[in-house]
Amino acid sequence: MSEKTEKTERLSVFKTYKLYVGGKFPRSESGRVYEVTDSKGTWLANAPQASRKDARDAVVAARKAFGAWSGATAYNRGQILYRVAEMLEGRRDQFVREVAGAEGLSKSKAAAQVDATVDRWVWYAGWTDKIAQVVGGGNPVAGPYFNLSSPEPTGVVAVLAPQESSFLGLVSVIAPVIATGNTAIVVASEKSPLPALSLGEVLATSDLPGGVVNVLSGRTAEIAAPLAAHQDVNAIDLAGADEVLAKELEIAAADNLKRVLRPQPVDGGDWSATPGTERMTAFLETKTVWHPTGALGASGSSY
Amino acid sequence: MAFEYAPAPESRAVVDIAPSYGLFIDGEFTEAAEGKVFKTVSPSTEEVLSEVAQASEADVDRAVKAARRAFEKWSALPGSERAKYLFRIARIIQERSRELAVLETLDNGKPIKETRDADLPLVAAHFFYYAGWADKLDHAGFGATPRPLGVAGQVIPWNFPLLMLAWKIAPALATGNTVVLKPAETTPLSALFFADICRQAGLPKGVVNILPGYGDTGAALVAHPDVNKVAFTGSTAVGKEIARTVAGTRKKLTLELGGKGANIVFDDAPIDQAVEGIVTGIFFNQGQVCCAGSRLLVQESIHDELLESLKRRLSTLRLGDPLDKNTDIGAINSAEQLARITALAEQGAEEGAERWSPACELPSSGYWFAPTLFTNVTQAHTIARDEIFGPVLSVLTFRTPDEAVAKANNTQYGLSAGIWTEKGSRILAVANKLRAGVVWSNTFNKFDPTSPFGGYKESGFGREGGRHGLEAYLDV
Repeated sequence: MSEKTEKTERLSVFKTYKLYVGGKFPRSESGRVYEVTDSKGTWLANAPQASRKDARDAVVAARKAFGAWSGATAYNRGQILYRVAEMLEGRRDQFVREVAGAEGLSKSKAAAQVDATVDRWVWYAGWTDKIAQVVGGGNPVAGPYFNLSSPEPTGVVAVLAPQESSFLGLVSVIAPVIATGNTAIVVASEKSPLPALSLGEVLATSDLPGGVVNVLSGRTAEIAAPLAAHQDVNAIDLAGADEVLAKELEIAAADNLKRVLRPQPVDGGDWSATPGTERMTAFLETKTVWHPTGALGASGSSY
Repeated sequence: MAFEYAPAPESRAVVDIAPSYGLFIDGEFTEAAEGKVFKTVSPSTEEVLSEVAQASEADVDRAVKAARRAFEKWSALPGSERAKYLFRIARIIQERSRELAVLETLDNGKPIKETRDADLPLVAAHFFYYAGWADKLDHAGFGATPRPLGVAGQVIPWNFPLLMLAWKIAPALATGNTVVLKPAETTPLSALFFADICRQAGLPKGVVNILPGYGDTGAALVAHPDVNKVAFTGSTAVGKEIARTVAGTRKKLTLELGGKGANIVFDDAPIDQAVEGIVTGIFFNQGQVCCAGSRLLVQESIHDELLESLKRRLSTLRLGDPLDKNTDIGAINSAEQLARITALAEQGAEEGAERWSPACELPSSGYWFAPTLFTNVTQAHTIARDEIFGPVLSVLTFRTPDEAVAKANNTQYGLSAGIWTEKGSRILAVANKLRAGVVWSNTFNKFDPTSPFGGYKESGFGREGGRHGLEAYLDV
C-alpha cells in the first residue's frame, strides 16, 4: 500500500431555509425564493420569498395560538422564553457564522452580537411575571369599590424586524411582544433573513407552542402591506420600515385601529443598550375591573 | 296607588348665558377670522341659548401659535406651581358647580340630577387628581424627569361636555403641555365658561385655548403641523380618519371611541340590583354614553323573570324637563342624534326584533326618545352590532358562561362590559376573558379620576385617568 491516499475535502450539506408558520416549516406557497448573499456578494442561500397568502396563513396561525399563549401563566411563559435562551446558547456557533455573514462582521464581533442576543432573551424571560406589577395595580377610587387595573396582551402583532441588526435587533423586537402574551408574525430583515429563519428552528425546539411566533422572509413591503391591512391583526411594529413604507402601513393600519409602534430612533442603529419597558407596553391593553366592596352586615356583603 | 310628583325645577337664574361668545385664544375672547357664528340650542326646548363664534383654519393656526408661545414658560414652571393652578381650577369648579350643572343641563339636555351628582363632582375631582401629579411626575414610572410633548390638540364630544374637557385638559396641563380644545358644536357653552374659570384662576394666557366649531375645525386642528399630541373622544369612524391624518408624523395619538358594551346577567345574580345596573347601564345620560351597556346578555333560565322586573322598573322612569330634580330621562342632544336613534330603532323592528317601551308621554318640543328595549335580538341584528348611542337596549340570551363570553366579545368594539353574579370566581374568570377596557362587576357606569378608562380593539387606544393617563401627554 504505497499509494498515497488522496485527501478530498468533504462537501458540506446545505440547509434549505424555510418559513416558520404555525410550528411547521413550509416553503412559500408561491414557490418563490430569492438569493441571499453576504456583505461581499457571495451566495449564502435561497430564502423563501413569502407571499400575501403566506402572510394570511401566518395570521391564522397566530390567532389560533393566541388563546392558549395569552392564557398561560406568566411563570410558564417565562420558563419557555428562558428555554429559548438555552437553545440559542447551544447553537451559538451557528448563529455567529450566520450573523457574521449577514452583517459583514468579524467572528468576534458577531459572537458579541449573539451573546447579547441570548442575554436579551433572558432579560425578557424574566419580565413575563413582573410587568403586570410594574404597570398595573389597584386604584384608590372615591367610593366603596375594589378597583384593579391589569395589563393584557393586545393580540396578534405584526413585527417588521429591523433591516440592519439581523439577530440582536430581531430578538429585541420579538421577545417583548411574546413575553407579554401576544403572538407574532415576524417579517425578517429583507437582505439578511437567515438568522431569523434559523431562529424559527430554535423556537420550534423550545416548548414554544406553534403559532406563537411565525417567521416570514421576502420583500418587506410586499408582506407587510397585507398584514397592516388585515382585520385580524391587532397591532404592528414598524421597526423595519423606512419612512415612506411606515406612513403607508400606518394609514392601512387605521382601518381597524391597530396599535402602531412607529420606527424608533434605535432602529437601524445600535441595539446593545438595555431596553426600557416601552416595547412591552406598546402591545399591552389596560383592563380595569370594578366590584363593590359593600358593607358587612348580618347577611354578609350588600351591594 | 302611586303618588304624583310635584314639579321640582332647578332655578335657571344661577347661570347667566351671554347672547354671544367668541373664540378663546391667548387669554382673550375674539371673533372668528371669517366672522362665522353658529347657534347653540337647548335640546329639551329648542330654545336658542347663545350664538357662538365658529373657528376656521386661520383661527386654529392662531390658537396653536398662542399655545406654542405659552408652552415654553408653562413647561418650564416648577411642577408645584403648575399644580397650584390646577388646584385653583378645581376649587373654582367646585364653587361654581351649581351654575355649571344648570348650564350643562341646558346645553346638553341631560337631567340636572346627573350633571349635579355625576358630571360636576367628577370634573372637579379630575382636576384635583391631576393637580397632585404635576410635581410628582418623576415618580410616575415613566423615567426620571419625563418631558411634555408640546401643544395638545383635543377634540371632545357632546355627551359629557365638561367632563370630557376635564379628562383632556387636566392631565395635559399637569404634565406641562399647552392645549387647544374644540368642544362639540352642539355643546360649546361649558367649555367657554371654563375659559372664564381659567381667567379667574389667573392661568397664563395661551395655556388653554378653546375653539368652538364643527368637524372641519377639529380636522384642521388635528392636521396642524405644529400640534404634537392629538387626543380625540368621539365616533370610531372619525377616530379612524384621525389615525390616517396623523400617520407618518411624530404626533402622539390617543383615541376614545365607540362601544357596544355587553351587560351579562347570570342566573344567580341578585335580580333587583341587576335591574338597577341594567337601567344605569343603558339609560344613564339617555344612553348617549360610549361605554353604555347596550347589549343585555341574560341567562336563558331567568330571561322572563328579569325582563318582567326590568319592564316594571322602566315604567317608573320619569322622562321630561331636564331641569326638574326628579327627572330620570332627559332630552336627546340634537335633532341629528334623534334621527339616528329613530332610524336604528326602526331597523331593529324591521329586522324582526320585538320592540317595547313603557307608556310615556313625550314633550311636544325638543328632542325626545322613550326608553326602549328589544327582545328576540340575535347577534346578526343591526341593533346588536351598531352603536346606537341612545336609550335603546338589545336583549340577547345565553346558556353557558362560555357562550356569554363569546357573544360579549363578538363585536368590533371593546370598551366596557358588565357581569352580574353572586359567584366571585365566575366574575374573575369571565372578567379575564372579556376583551374590554373596563369591566364592571355587580355595578355599572362607575367612573373615578384614579381609574384608567379606555378601549380594546376599535374602541380606541390609550387610557384616560389614573397614572396611566399621564402617558398620553409625556414624551415616553
